[in-house]
Amino acid sequence: PALELSLSPQVSAAAAAAGAFPKRVKVVEVGPRDGLQNEKTVVPTPVKISLINMLSETGLQVIEATSFVSPKWVPQMADHTEVMQGINKLPGISYPVLTPNLKGFQAAVAAGAKEVSIFGAASELFTKKNINCSIEESLERFDEVMTAARAASIPVRGYVSCVLGCPYEGKISPAKVAEVSKKMYSMGCYEISLGDTIGIGTPGSMKEMLTAVMKEVPVGALAVHCHDTYGQALANILVALQMGVSVVDASVAGLGGCPYAQGASGNVATEDLVYMLNGLGIHTGVDLQKLMDTGTFICNALNRRTNSKVSQASCRL
Amino acid sequence: QEAKTSGLPEYVKIVEVGPRDGLQNEKVIVPTDIKIELINRLSKTGLPAIEVTSFVSSKWVPQMADHKEVMRGIERYPGIQYPVLTPNLQGFHSAIAAGATEVSVFGAASESFSKMNINCSIEESIDKFEEVVKAARNMNIPVRGYVSCALGCPYEGNITPAKVAEVSKRLYSMGCYEISLGDTIGVGTPGSMKRMLEAVMKEIPLNALAVHCHDTYGQALANILTAIQMGVAVVDSSVAGLGGCPYAKGATGNVATEDVIYMLNGLGINTGVNLYAVMEAGNFICTALNKKTNSKVAQASSSIGTLN
Repeated sequence: PALELSLSPQVSAAAAAAGAFPKRVKVVEVGPRDGLQNEKTVVPTPVKISLINMLSETGLQVIEATSFVSPKWVPQMADHTEVMQGINKLPGISYPVLTPNLKGFQAAVAAGAKEVSIFGAASELFTKKNINCSIEESLERFDEVMTAARAASIPVRGYVSCVLGCPYEGKISPAKVAEVSKKMYSMGCYEISLGDTIGIGTPGSMKEMLTAVMKEVPVGALAVHCHDTYGQALANILVALQMGVSVVDASVAGLGGCPYAQGASGNVATEDLVYMLNGLGIHTGVDLQKLMDTGTFICNALNRRTNSKVSQASCRL
Repeated sequence: QEAKTSGLPEYVKIVEVGPRDGLQNEKVIVPTDIKIELINRLSKTGLPAIEVTSFVSSKWVPQMADHKEVMRGIERYPGIQYPVLTPNLQGFHSAIAAGATEVSVFGAASESFSKMNINCSIEESIDKFEEVVKAARNMNIPVRGYVSCALGCPYEGNITPAKVAEVSKRLYSMGCYEISLGDTIGVGTPGSMKRMLEAVMKEIPLNALAVHCHDTYGQALANILTAIQMGVAVVDSSVAGLGGCPYAKGATGNVATEDVIYMLNGLGINTGVNLYAVMEAGNFICTALNKKTNSKVAQASSSIGTLN
């Protein structure tokens, strides 16, 4: 009954007519990259490929496929070239990959990537601990990637981490988030995904941060990437939607724990997000049942329970 | 123009339903002394209202069979309400005899749910409650009214906002001081929450409304936020998210008090509740139940050891 309820045309039409929310939301699926990267079990290449192929059948328009980073740092993504070359690339679907530097970018393009992402942070300490340089230096590195990407007509998505708090610095000022976002947008990123990396944000801090960022970056170029570590993700996403954000990152089955809080959860589950958007009458193009089936597949492969509440509730059906 | 995140209430009253709604939906039968210990710990957290037990036949709800002992055994702190469920006049009298000073009655916005749950129609159930409310009024005992299935029913599916408003109005007019609107199976989303509240708010003053959201589909905090944005200032929740969903095996039920407080703290809304103390009480009961907490805040905090 729950699925029917959230999809009934009456409900959807009435909700869309309410006018307070975007009519369409683009869901960016980060499970195969952000999700798997933060799972302990190293997943075999064929399983990764099957996962991405199944996701391609759900109606998702953007699926983050892998990361062209050194396997020394991220063993889970060591098979980036094989994955990139092995997946079915359906027309109309974008398969961005992470490229932390020029070398990774070149490897990505050689493997067939048509879109890349770069990762900045709103925290100096986080940047230092993560990639051993300052924010300024990290942006200089990205400039190389941007130049190369522009030359190859490859769109670049920018991520800003720690937008609502940092595991090392604690509070992060909205002004700092706005500054880093503006830099990355001016450098040429077509979209800036604002990440609540440790999930500590609440609707209040989300609103404050977005208010600051929206002064520097048009809302149509903004996305939110909320972690559910403190259970706040959907409430935070709701506020972002109310403010006009229409791109939301999520991870199938809520894959990906939090590297800063052992045993805690990380990414918000795509199923739970789509359930909420359906209920709000917001169009996503995503088939929730197919998405849940994909979540079941990867959880079986990982021998773990899903983090998606919608999946947990529906499994008796 | 819809209020966004400004115009929120300055204070939200949290009604803690863990010892009743929570434990009632846990499989493991909890010994009386553990129940009492839990309630006593909750009494020290700053929570203004703690639902203690249910004066219902032990044949139906074995978990609540020790209702008298619990009611008599707990420490009663001044300023804290300790409501108990009283489904009928007999339960009411028993509750009063055991020292209860506030009671609750449970209606539903769905005929099928009413029939399946208490084997009578909504109308018949309201007649029964009327007896309780009359008796309560005579003794100056406040009565809280619950309306189940406010955003959907496990049997009927869609529930119209108009029906919820109608049942709520009946309970309110009869004398309930507060109406707690329950998303019993957690299917609601911010859209359906908004529509339902709009209908109910035409019949009942805002300050007499509460929301009781289940997190079965992960929607609880988003739904609660929506309610708060509309001015609702009373929220039910359950420590450690105790209480599964009887309609979806293995699924969760009540929203966790810790996660609600975390959100309200972040919004600058006062609750009077000490989050750490609630987490400790949650830790206590989860250890006693030998289960993991359903609270994400508790999960995250136990690994970090501290909260930002």
